[in-house]
Amino acid sequence: MAIIEENPGYKWVGTRPIRPDGLEKVTGKAQFGADLMLPGMLFGKVVRSPHAHARIVSIDTAAAEAMVGVKAVITGSDFPDLAANGAHASDIDVANNAIAREKVLYEGHVVAAVAATTREQAEAAAKAVEVTYEILPHVLTVDEAMAEGAPLLHEGMITKGVDPAPEEPSNIASKILHERGDLDQGFGEADVVVEREFTTKPVHQGYIEPHAAVADANTDGRAHIWCSSQGHFQMRAYSATVLGVSPGTLKVTAAEIGGGFGGKTVIYLEPLAVRLSQRAGRPVKLVMDRDEVFRATGPTSGTRIRVKMGVSKDGKITAAEVWMAYEAGAYSGSPVGAAGMTAIACYDIPNFVVEGYDVVCNKPRVAAYRAPGAPMAAFAVESVLDELARDIGMDPIDIRLANAAVEGTQASYGPKFPRIGFVETLEAIKDHPNYTAELGPNQGRGVAAGFWFNAGMMSSATVHINENGTATVVTGSPDIGGSRQSMALMAAEELGISYESIKAVVADTETVGFNDVTGGSRVTLATGAAVVDACRLIVEDLRARAAKTWDVEVDQVEWVDGQAQHVDGSQPPLSLGDLAAKSGRTGGPISANASLNSRGVGAGFSTQLCDVEVDPETGVTRVVRYLTAQDAGRAISPDYVEGQMQGGVVQGIGWALNEEYIHDQDGVMENPSFLDYRIPVASDLPMIDCAIVEVPNPAHPYGVRGVGEVGIVPPMAAVGNAINDAIDVRMTDLPMSPVRILEALTEQRD
Amino acid sequence: MAQVHFSAGLRDLTGGLAQVEVEATTVRRLVAALEEQFPGIGERLSEASSVAINGEIFTDAEYEPVDSDAEVHFLDIFQGG
Amino acid sequence: MARTHITAVVNGDETEFLTEDGTSLLNALRDEVGLTGAKEGCGTGDCGTCSVMIDGKVTTSCLVFAPEAQGATILTVEGLADSGQLHPLQQCFLEGAALQCGICTPGFLIAAKALLDKNPDPTETEIRYALAGNLCRCTGYDKIVRAVQEAAREMRGQ
Repeated sequence: MAIIEENPGYKWVGTRPIRPDGLEKVTGKAQFGADLMLPGMLFGKVVRSPHAHARIVSIDTAAAEAMVGVKAVITGSDFPDLAANGAHASDIDVANNAIAREKVLYEGHVVAAVAATTREQAEAAAKAVEVTYEILPHVLTVDEAMAEGAPLLHEGMITKGVDPAPEEPSNIASKILHERGDLDQGFGEADVVVEREFTTKPVHQGYIEPHAAVADANTDGRAHIWCSSQGHFQMRAYSATVLGVSPGTLKVTAAEIGGGFGGKTVIYLEPLAVRLSQRAGRPVKLVMDRDEVFRATGPTSGTRIRVKMGVSKDGKITAAEVWMAYEAGAYSGSPVGAAGMTAIACYDIPNFVVEGYDVVCNKPRVAAYRAPGAPMAAFAVESVLDELARDIGMDPIDIRLANAAVEGTQASYGPKFPRIGFVETLEAIKDHPNYTAELGPNQGRGVAAGFWFNAGMMSSATVHINENGTATVVTGSPDIGGSRQSMALMAAEELGISYESIKAVVADTETVGFNDVTGGSRVTLATGAAVVDACRLIVEDLRARAAKTWDVEVDQVEWVDGQAQHVDGSQPPLSLGDLAAKSGRTGGPISANASLNSRGVGAGFSTQLCDVEVDPETGVTRVVRYLTAQDAGRAISPDYVEGQMQGGVVQGIGWALNEEYIHDQDGVMENPSFLDYRIPVASDLPMIDCAIVEVPNPAHPYGVRGVGEVGIVPPMAAVGNAINDAIDVRMTDLPMSPVRILEALTEQRD
Repeated sequence: MAQVHFSAGLRDLTGGLAQVEVEATTVRRLVAALEEQFPGIGERLSEASSVAINGEIFTDAEYEPVDSDAEVHFLDIFQGG
Repeated sequence: MARTHITAVVNGDETEFLTEDGTSLLNALRDEVGLTGAKEGCGTGDCGTCSVMIDGKVTTSCLVFAPEAQGATILTVEGLADSGQLHPLQQCFLEGAALQCGICTPGFLIAAKALLDKNPDPTETEIRYALAGNLCRCTGYDKIVRAVQEAAREMRGQ
């Protein structure tokens, strides 16, 4: 662990205790969304479109409704028509994606749902729903969707961000543009220019737990939803929108969540389960099978990206031109905006144009996936930078050091960077023994870097002190990666009591204040800030209570190591337990609330080093060594910071080498299973070495920077650059699967 | 006077200007002042933007104070995962 | 349709349950016996999240018909701890931070136990191949492998 700035003597922050929810997870007691059983519960099943693009002519539910055990059947007509009610365009898209109305826009689009007494009855009833479609022509890629005369998904779609606005509709929802300086002059100043075109395929977040929801609705319209989600307040808001009810009528409990990575920040099953439960008068459990997860939930965008960059012979980047088209799936909203802002953000480039397009196509609506938009752009830019470094004979770390953004650099997306740790991550790689480890035959080494903003957003926390001086920390951020531990560590540090005397829990939407989703690398920073604020309010209160007890002024009282101490030592100290036991005398129960829209988000950088071995006969690439260096600001929980770093890397390796969606010509997905959609397994990988760099975020009380996302940004380029080093072939199309590597090797020989 | 910077995607509303000086004490007043100068920009800014004030990014910036020599950037909204 | 009556030994206890013939053992354990530790990640035997031990052999219970469990001895994650004392694998997973979301953890614990039952001193490569049938999307497997190595050392008394 590479620590850059001194830890100021924290007692708890930075340690590695056991997380509070761990015991239940290793004993099988933890309750995930599909584990809940309620008395009288029915099983639901969704009916989905088999076509990529079609008009719904009719839906006949009579046969399904008549079947044994079937208690409810619903279609789009069971939900309010938001377009007719003048709702916001984005809400209309959410509602139409939840269940189709006039048209289905992708294979897997929800058309109807049933609830029955047993799983088998529900499956049979779903098959008995008769839907008549008028099949329409479809488009599957950005190339097809942007082509002249392409069939349109949305008849009224006029490209935003273009001036003058186009007269004719198209499948291009919007354009983004960033510019600086003079591109022609910049390329004129370059000694070497490289231009390459890249394609990436849609990839799924790949969470092992399929979506699951249980809804228990009353006749008055109120409902309780348990679901696997990254944000139960968000699920409440979206569900309320789709159902056409006030959010206050829905209570949402966050079940333990089996992975999300951004893909569970959106709703799928929840409003369907509520409506089925209302119609049936009984609780309904709706769970996706793996096939449905692949066919119908958002992967991230497939893309086409062109990058042209020029450098002078001393390694300075003089100009960069980036053109990107990102698939949004059925409704607008690909992460091309973030891609445009992150593509060249690591570097100080005086002349650039970054242009991007958000393009709809007949595939599931994309959902966020760990640093959404950034990994694809980084694959392209970091590959071209690698080529430029080779062309001028410069070390890949040195070329990045020569251009690295530092404090005061004007970011490519506009504002100046505050204190950041990119250079420190580059140096951590260079200083590591892996950088000079010996390479064998058919082996190669690659370097790549990445940037992600991280998010702040809103969180609430409540801290209660129990009568014996132990504490409960209540937040509303579903715990995907061990964040309850970080909350407890920060509370322990603030209150001065042991980590073991603190219980951190995630409450439902009725028992804690509003929290934005768990995602965007924000929980340790933002929910942590709310916890810290609540603890500081408690410490203020405790000082006042001690002052009352000693009959002195509050400024005579200090809070040190979990005790109230008189400044001149004239009173025996009062522990948190002492004050809690007698809290009735000093004002009543001890508890505090904090709600905030967090500030002071610190950007994150990651530099990674990958060694691969490519088998020239099979085209199989094996990762033999991997090192990731990431600036965490301050690692509240080093175990789980490493966990986020390693997890992001391995997802990136899968994205680089194997993962892709394969569709047939009818737009039907051909590989919707873990057998054929191949994510990395233990035998594919070496240990993932981690160097946690700590350049504290000056705007946060503990120096925290988000860590969850940036780790997935560099791996595809790191792997691609290593493959290039091994076999002297520049792969520009993901995934770099064995078939493609063999094709490239064959081409190289000829 | 706050320095306000517009990304290339917004310059169709500012007649091509990349940078403008505005007198305002909060982001809300700043946007109102911009709307007077460039009609139509107000809606675009509130819909599609986060705001960076002196390098710090805000997603709900309306009432954030803007000091007299602040550097303000309007950014595309992005989502985390 | 009449359901079949099954008797099996589950986590050391004689257990009876009713099931349709076509129901998976996974669903029977979860819905009828109330043991929800084994999870469905894929339903097609590709992810290992449903792993249990049947007569000493690690098996993906989503691919086993519940009636096949008649007379069998079954171990699920709920049976790993002994009278409240965690199995060394469980303890090492906790101490080594070998889980993030935890959905794959029950399956990994069963698969790792099956490995260590047969091979108490596995190499890193042997561990990785023995666990290749269990998918994890959160951890990248590093800390899982280290936890199994540590548990193996403890179980060998080292």
